[in-house]
Amino acid sequence: MSRVTILSIVASAALLLYILEMVRRRKLREEYSILWLAGSVVILVLSLKQDWLVGISHAVGIVYPPSFLFLVGILFILLILIHFSITISKLHMMNKKMAQEITLIKESAKITFSGDR
Amino acid sequence: MNPGMEGTSPRILVILPAYQEERSIGGLVRSLRERYPYDALVVNDGSTDNTGDAAREADAIVLNLPCNLGIGGAVQTGFLYAKDRGYDVVVRIDGDGQHEVEDIPKVLEPILAGRADAVIGSRFLGETGYRGSIPRIFGIRFFRLLVNLTTGYRVTDPTSGFFAINRRLVAFYSDHYPSDYPEVDAYILMHRLKARTVEVPVRMYDREEGNSSITPFRAVYYMVKVTLSYLINCIRRFG
Repeated sequence: MSRVTILSIVASAALLLYILEMVRRRKLREEYSILWLAGSVVILVLSLKQDWLVGISHAVGIVYPPSFLFLVGILFILLILIHFSITISKLHMMNKKMAQEITLIKESAKITFSGDR
Repeated sequence: MNPGMEGTSPRILVILPAYQEERSIGGLVRSLRERYPYDALVVNDGSTDNTGDAAREADAIVLNLPCNLGIGGAVQTGFLYAKDRGYDVVVRIDGDGQHEVEDIPKVLEPILAGRADAVIGSRFLGETGYRGSIPRIFGIRFFRLLVNLTTGYRVTDPTSGFFAINRRLVAFYSDHYPSDYPEVDAYILMHRLKARTVEVPVRMYDREEGNSSITPFRAVYYMVKVTLSYLINCIRRFG
């Protein structure tokens, strides 16, 4: 086994275990762990199954098989970032709605808070 | 007259979004209340000065947002209030004294007569004497072109924040109102709702107090963002 193979096996296995542990401790919600888990499993499998990696790499025209691992990693990072942008947009919308509803409730109940000036 | 408005006089709400306007909001609300029997609603967009208190002392209904939502979110809060309380017509006017309170009947008249769903005050119609900075005029021309090409409306002042709308648009905007320069986006929304719009000439003054929110960098950013938002609103589904 080459050093780069060992490195990618160790790194993806560590990432996989870390994500699972975070979910187990409820520090990471399941819905946000799926892409991380999928990405680390794919990289781990391709690192262990050298012949699969070489086969796929050659099939898509990649000469140096480990660079296919980088490609997979980058693609998963892109997916995760898009997922975050969508989530932030959703939270933004929910936050706005809540601020508006709170404001209307304060007015109808004639409540003023110390922050209201 | 719109259906359901015959017999009783329509309930009219004037919405004034205000951010850091403690020095001008009180006088503005008072001049409104002296002239008209309409309710004045100040939406205080998370000001850190005494905008909310000043407005309340002047006998406005005050909505104090817990944080700054930006102009679109603040105005939408006003629309939500109007919808909840069953107002027939909403007038939206700037809270910084840029618009002339005396022009309110001009933006109300076509709606009350049932000739329009939305009436927008334009500083470029007639002899209103408006002089804007070159970038501002450029931005307005750009949006004018965008709106006129895509909707078939003949708009002169697409960024005007002085307008009146009827219940139907209030209800729609309560669910769908854009965040920055909402007035430009509102045209594509109105077009898609097949709303009847009319522009009327109004006066517009330079700001008396407070600072305009626009810097050159933000101006470019907003132009790109509003254009994107506008074009997406052309193809968006509204459920």
